[in-house]
Amino acid sequence: MTNNKNIQILLRPISEANPVTVLILGICSALAVTAKLKPAFVMAVSVTVVTALSNLIISLLRKGIPPKIRIIVQLVIVASLVILVDQVLKAFVYDVSKQLSVFVGLIITNCIVMGRLEAFAMANGPWESFLDGIGNGLGYGLILIIVAFFRELLGSGTLWGYQIIPQKLYDIGYMNNGLMILPPMALIIVGIIIWVKKTSVK
Amino acid sequence: MGTFNIFIQSVFIDNMIFAYFLGMCSYLAVSKNVKTAIGLGLAVVFVLTITVPINYLLDKYVLSAGALAWISPVFANMDLEFLSLILFIAIIAAMVQVVEMVIEKYSPALYASLGIFLPLIAVNCAILGCSLFMQEKDFGTVFQSIVYGFGSGIGWLIAIAGIAAIREKIRYSKIPKPLEGTGISFIITGLMGIAFMAFLGIKL
Repeated sequence: MTNNKNIQILLRPISEANPVTVLILGICSALAVTAKLKPAFVMAVSVTVVTALSNLIISLLRKGIPPKIRIIVQLVIVASLVILVDQVLKAFVYDVSKQLSVFVGLIITNCIVMGRLEAFAMANGPWESFLDGIGNGLGYGLILIIVAFFRELLGSGTLWGYQIIPQKLYDIGYMNNGLMILPPMALIIVGIIIWVKKTSVK
Repeated sequence: MGTFNIFIQSVFIDNMIFAYFLGMCSYLAVSKNVKTAIGLGLAVVFVLTITVPINYLLDKYVLSAGALAWISPVFANMDLEFLSLILFIAIIAAMVQVVEMVIEKYSPALYASLGIFLPLIAVNCAILGCSLFMQEKDFGTVFQSIVYGFGSGIGWLIAIAGIAAIREKIRYSKIPKPLEGTGISFIITGLMGIAFMAFLGIKL
């Protein structure tokens, strides 16, 4: 159950095969939610849950799915899971769900989910697929949280809604960088993360 | 909100790429040369212009609260909103398939240039995203939703054509090795996004 190979499956996507920075997947619905740490965290958890469960279900069904219509089958399963996540978010964290707006729905077309189903779950057992899903969700979440950390700290001077930059600094003339809150900076930060990552790998 | 205003807003201000990062995956993967980029962009415009109004009608007459009242008053307090995700994606996947078959039959030339991209589009987040935004915006008429879909597609086309042109030129520039490829594309997109912010607040 937890031999070396499985731990590898779980850990590889977090660093060396990271879905966002190395494979460039799933950026679509990710960046827009990173202006604040809290929605980014909720988004990361939702994606992890959807990836893990859809991997598990598809892996259980993989022998019974006719290859020709597999994309539709995968879409239906992912869409049902996303609806579940969406309803849970609406019920328990309504304010965050409002902030995420359409981006929860967009998990359906998140390339990480579909990519892992195609590349891993269709060919591997349920337990490995489940771990792979968790690993990829965490790898994705990690990037989201790094981006959100910098954007919230520099853009609003807060983290998770709590004031981090002391008032004294503002008094002597420090100002929040309003550009950080705006969408373009998310792209630039991801570009820099990729740069740092590729430099450190070598 | 005027129809023309919806168009301008969806092309420049609420640009799918620069404001919402939708369709980033194919945007980064297929922007290595201008010709294919424009091909994909046109396919996106095409599919958006068809799927957004269909999803609009679906939302208006089937999904939103009380929408089923036109069948019989019995259904007046049904709310099927939670089904919208699964129905939208099904419509999109089906429409892409239909569009692909129709184009193949009637215009082989167009099929040769768009064909390879069409299957890719079913899972392009810009398509589903546009339908979901349409649902939030609550347009008054079908025509407005057509304009919105078309405008969003044009915005996406402009973005991908722009980045492809820049990437073709940048091949001859000196970029730090680890930043080459995707890294620099992200940063350029960010800078383009900042340029597009100049359109903020335009009202016609």
